[in-house]
Amino acid sequence: MMSIWTIARKELSDSLRNRWLMAISLVFATLALGIAWFGAAASGQVGYASTPATIASLASLGIFLIPLIALLLAYDAIVGEEEGGTLLLLMTYPLSRSQLLLGKFFGHGLTLALATLIGFGVAGVAIALLVKDVAIASLAVAMFRFIASTVLLGWGFIALAYVVSVRVSEKPIAAGMALAIWFFFVLIFDLMLLGTLVASEGKFNAELLPWLLMFNPTDIYRLLNIVAFDDTAQLSGVLSLGADLPIGAAGLWIGLVLWFALPLAGALLLFRNRRI
Amino acid sequence: MSCFRLENVSYRYDKSPVLHGIDLRLEAGEILGLFGHNGAGKTTSIKLILGLMQPTEGSVAVLGGQAGDPQVTQHIGYLPENVMFYPQLTGREILSHFARLKGASLKQVPVLLEQVGLGDAMDARTKTYSKGMRQRLGLAQALLGKPRLLMLDEPTVGLDPVATADLYRLLRDLRDEGTGIVLCSHVLPGVEPYIDRAAILTEGTLKAAGDLAALRRQANMPVTLSLAPAHTLADLEKVIDEASASNGLMIRTENGSLRVDVQPREKMALLQAVMASGEVADVGIHQPSLEDIYVHFIGSGGLAHRGGSQ
Repeated sequence: MMSIWTIARKELSDSLRNRWLMAISLVFATLALGIAWFGAAASGQVGYASTPATIASLASLGIFLIPLIALLLAYDAIVGEEEGGTLLLLMTYPLSRSQLLLGKFFGHGLTLALATLIGFGVAGVAIALLVKDVAIASLAVAMFRFIASTVLLGWGFIALAYVVSVRVSEKPIAAGMALAIWFFFVLIFDLMLLGTLVASEGKFNAELLPWLLMFNPTDIYRLLNIVAFDDTAQLSGVLSLGADLPIGAAGLWIGLVLWFALPLAGALLLFRNRRI
Repeated sequence: MSCFRLENVSYRYDKSPVLHGIDLRLEAGEILGLFGHNGAGKTTSIKLILGLMQPTEGSVAVLGGQAGDPQVTQHIGYLPENVMFYPQLTGREILSHFARLKGASLKQVPVLLEQVGLGDAMDARTKTYSKGMRQRLGLAQALLGKPRLLMLDEPTVGLDPVATADLYRLLRDLRDEGTGIVLCSHVLPGVEPYIDRAAILTEGTLKAAGDLAALRRQANMPVTLSLAPAHTLADLEKVIDEASASNGLMIRTENGSLRVDVQPREKMALLQAVMASGEVADVGIHQPSLEDIYVHFIGSGGLAHRGGSQ
């Protein structure tokens, strides 16, 4: 346990040193405040639109940014140590491979969680203080849900980055594969789903179709933040399938947790069988 | 208790053998030199002892336990060849990180950094370090937590002569305190005075192992005597011819003295005869060096073979 914490602590202090933590927090805060203030611009006015609309916009932007940041943070976790020549040395210490990877996960996960909490937390507090007549309670609940699901989504992509990082032997390849993962989940997946939907002309099993959304963590994440408001009008594109998902918010939360737990377990397994 | 004991160890990678039937041990308070060409299996042997890989056959016992067991690795210090560190961290930060991982006291960190001569540079980022400084940091890292088994792969690369002498003195002190040490090096004349035993590997097999005297006996290589004549070279040569009778010694002249190659067991007889004759003014005895022994066991055929395979 001590060695896991030692590794995590180094990752955390690395992200403080290279200003990653600060940069991500700043990006998140700027983004949230910008959306909160100009969220109603589409309807011809400047100002705070509504909490559901703000959260929906944030979640839509989040699915682009969070996976990208998580993948960038974590893609070189193992392959970077190997290229830097430190992996071999680390493995001669009383430290198992699982402990090393879990330590990395705690470090990276904590970095992302802190940045999310600081960035969006500051924005939430600013909205609560500056916007008149905002319902504080519902804003707090929505913000909490948003931050928690963002952290889970980020962890999922950190774990996916590890699966790549323990498999490949060169950093540029890991970076390329991380980008491919981003591309697939953020852009390709929904297009494919939409294409299937249209091409099948309704012959596809209507009860099975909504479940396909569970295969993409970014869709779960968006559903989670929009469905909660009972405002299915915000569900656009393939997400409207989500209205038919019979599992409710708890199921979506479990889905997000599985999306970081399973890839992490996979990365641990792959790493244990890797030759050093 | 042995520091490590390899018994009939073989290791295959992709079905091609890397090590074959290795028997090797190291006792506490002993310095073992591990020699061989690149690719002869030195690094693989070390990785097996560190528990980074499992042998295909045979058994590896380390410090009375299983190789790779955390209780065992805690007492092993290792300096890899071409050691690298996190460039953004300072020497002190890196050593503290490794000390925490090893469960060693953080009080050791500045002491060790002073000891390896990084006292002034400990708060500089390691990306500013020279190769020699990285090597010293690697050494400090290997010494964390007072290891009972220390394995150093090319420890003197990048070190200046003074630092090299300091290192060997340090290793001697550690050995006298009971640490078992493995030294891999290509600088054979450099390590020769400091090792207690040598092991020579070629193509995955152990060619020879033992102390230098035993290796010399095993190699049965001639001893070279250099004899300066008291009067004339011819007189001295005559004495040698008579003493060695029909043994057909190889004699050369060099800088006005004779160099005579003699079999080890005939050395004393010849020396006594020469001394008794009064024809000799000075005597020098050159035992075959570690390098000579190494070349003897590796064989020049090994080099030709390697060249041919490329």
